[in-house]
Amino acid sequence: MAVTDVTPNGPGSAHDDSAPKVALLNNPEIRGWLFQVVLAVVVAYLAYSGWKNMNANLQAAGIASGWAFLNNNAGFAISQSLIEYNQASSTYGRVYLVGLINTLVVAVIGVILATIIGFLIGVARLSKNWMVSRLAAVYVESLRNIPLLLQIFIWYFGVLRLLPQPRDGLDFGFFGLLNNRGYFAPKPVWGDGAIYTLYAFIAACVIAWGIGRWARARQMATGQIFPAFWVGFAVIVLLPVIVFLAAGAPLTWDVPVAGGFRPKGGMTIIPEYIAMLVALSTYTATYIAEIVRAGILAVSKGQTEAAHALGLRSGPTLRLVIIPQALRIIIPPLTNQYLNLTKNSSLAVAIAYPELTSVFAGTALNQTGQAVEIISLTMLTYLTISLLTSAFMNWYNSRVALVER
Amino acid sequence: MKKLMLTGVLGVVTLAIAGSAAASAATLDDVKAKGFVQCGVSQGLPGFSNPDANGNWSGMDVDLCRAVAAAIFGNGDAVKFTPLSAKERFTALQSGEIDLLSRNTTWTMSRDTQLGLNFAGVNYYDGQGFMIRTSMNINSALELSGASICTNTGTTTELNVADYFRANNMEYELVAFEKSDEVVAAYDAGRCDVYTTDQSGLYAQRLKLTNPGEHKVLPEIISKEPLGPVVRQGDDQWFNIVKWAHIATVNAEELGITQANVDEMAAGDNPAAKRLLGTEGEFGAGIGLSNDWAANIIKAVGNYGEIFNRNVGPDTPLGIARGINALWSKGGLQYGPPVR
Ligand SMILES: N[C@@H](CCC(=O)N[C@@H](CS)C(=O)NCC(=O)O)C(=O)O
Repeated sequence: MAVTDVTPNGPGSAHDDSAPKVALLNNPEIRGWLFQVVLAVVVAYLAYSGWKNMNANLQAAGIASGWAFLNNNAGFAISQSLIEYNQASSTYGRVYLVGLINTLVVAVIGVILATIIGFLIGVARLSKNWMVSRLAAVYVESLRNIPLLLQIFIWYFGVLRLLPQPRDGLDFGFFGLLNNRGYFAPKPVWGDGAIYTLYAFIAACVIAWGIGRWARARQMATGQIFPAFWVGFAVIVLLPVIVFLAAGAPLTWDVPVAGGFRPKGGMTIIPEYIAMLVALSTYTATYIAEIVRAGILAVSKGQTEAAHALGLRSGPTLRLVIIPQALRIIIPPLTNQYLNLTKNSSLAVAIAYPELTSVFAGTALNQTGQAVEIISLTMLTYLTISLLTSAFMNWYNSRVALVER
Repeated sequence: MKKLMLTGVLGVVTLAIAGSAAASAATLDDVKAKGFVQCGVSQGLPGFSNPDANGNWSGMDVDLCRAVAAAIFGNGDAVKFTPLSAKERFTALQSGEIDLLSRNTTWTMSRDTQLGLNFAGVNYYDGQGFMIRTSMNINSALELSGASICTNTGTTTELNVADYFRANNMEYELVAFEKSDEVVAAYDAGRCDVYTTDQSGLYAQRLKLTNPGEHKVLPEIISKEPLGPVVRQGDDQWFNIVKWAHIATVNAEELGITQANVDEMAAGDNPAAKRLLGTEGEFGAGIGLSNDWAANIIKAVGNYGEIFNRNVGPDTPLGIARGINALWSKGGLQYGPPVR
């Protein structure tokens, strides 16, 4: 604050050409700069001496410091890891990565689910159907007024109690097994040539995008409508399938088999993840629903009436008139909810979901005792994730924002 | 301009604070000044540190805190307790939030040498064990390959279990919670086949299960868990007080001094007992306390055997036998250096 306060803008500032010549120190612009430099030096000095002091204290107290621990063997197991992790040989650096990925996996999927549920509930609350709007209201009011941690516990222990023990677990044949150790899904094993299917998918996406552009341009020019969505959809589905079959269908499934303590093979979705995902997305969805409702209500009724007067039916009115205007109001607060969801994912430590706070700022911290390093790295990581999310949302916001002409 | 001044003042304050943090070593003086010992304990582990419905703490670890308070103030109640999770405990001690950590904490080399802390003795020799449902028909830990295992994060437990399964070429899934209550609840709900922690902890936590009778502790002990009090490094006087508070209880048991006969023994004619109880010699001065420091400890909490029996012994719900925690003279490991 002080920085902006001392920037000159008062009488006799640089913009005032007729200002009389004054001593250098009395020149408001120079003096403004001087203050800013002094302030910057003071802040830098404070940061530096704080850092030095901390190091001296750590050393005096005989507490280990430095980053070398990142290359040491961690030696503990992690229940969910999307990258190679071996408790015998993996390092603390790897623990960090595993935790980070687990955080992202619950946050990204959570954001997507929360957005879908939130939009549906938000629209449902505005429904003319009394039952639907009441139910949506009950959903919002109850879930957003119960502390999130409690909801996480309820979901977790609810999920655990609901699901059967492994020995009498549910068997869906090819579609895997379900018991209180998690959902054991068949795991795709890609063979030779499978990569071409991926290439085909990418190519199809590009083609679909091209079709969309062309269709829009043509509609602008001639008024003729082309079913670009359906054609694009067909291309995206069919092209990879054709290539996949042409390559000789190079895909087999590793289907889990029951037995022993827990099923073997396949891939596992652990109950901790399910509970975390459900809790985070249903909770955040209540806030998103309110944001969506507010956004839609904020678009003046005249807009709908004008669109109807021009002959637009209800569907296109919503899609082409209401939603684009509502989005301008929805996006900024929506960003907040995405950030909240990501940060709330750190509550997972309570139910043993191995995300960043739990395995890195928890277990790794306790095994190494290097609180300063680990906590700073963890904070920096959350900060980075948050800043990237806001940057992306700001970019999106600027695209949908009202362009004044 | 005013705001700038304010920033400057704030900066100087910050500097001053940062500068003073390095000092402060004399824990005894601090404790005396505030009038109580701030003791870090668990969040609830029957037999070791457990609050009752009225918030009164009891247990072996709690008695160690009380012993230290009694040695200093002649009053075993001059203690305040800070419940800590396994994960928080060392930071709480390092940062000075507590004066003493007495929370079933295993003495390991890295904790002793890399955290700026010192272990002041062993008040319970433990080892890690496994608990499992009786209905699973498993009789040895070696039959556990593939099992899901619940435990606390930030403990020696999760490292030992990793070693054990690796050494025996077995697989497992580790489900690690921050708080014991959740470990118990998840194990109780069937999330895990096995609950692993210090064996004493298994007996204690079993009491919290819905049907304690349906669970058994497997015979294998897979590690050494010497549990003891911890203090900050660099304050030898405080270290000595805590160390000797425990030794006093062990020596008292050996000398036959009990809560009931303390005064009698102090006036009696056993020279070793008289030295310990302060009616002969000037041993209190050596640790900066009054000469009846040990007599006060025994009056407040009793000797080691009394502490053990009251909290975890055969007549308590935990029902643990003395085993290796018997006195050295009875085939155990508890051995107090002489007061001389
Ligand atoms: N002795 C081990 C384990 C200590 C530990 O956390 N044990 C658990 C289970 S016995 C416990 O104290 N729980 C009580 C609590 O979390 O407050 C260590 O020092 O790492």
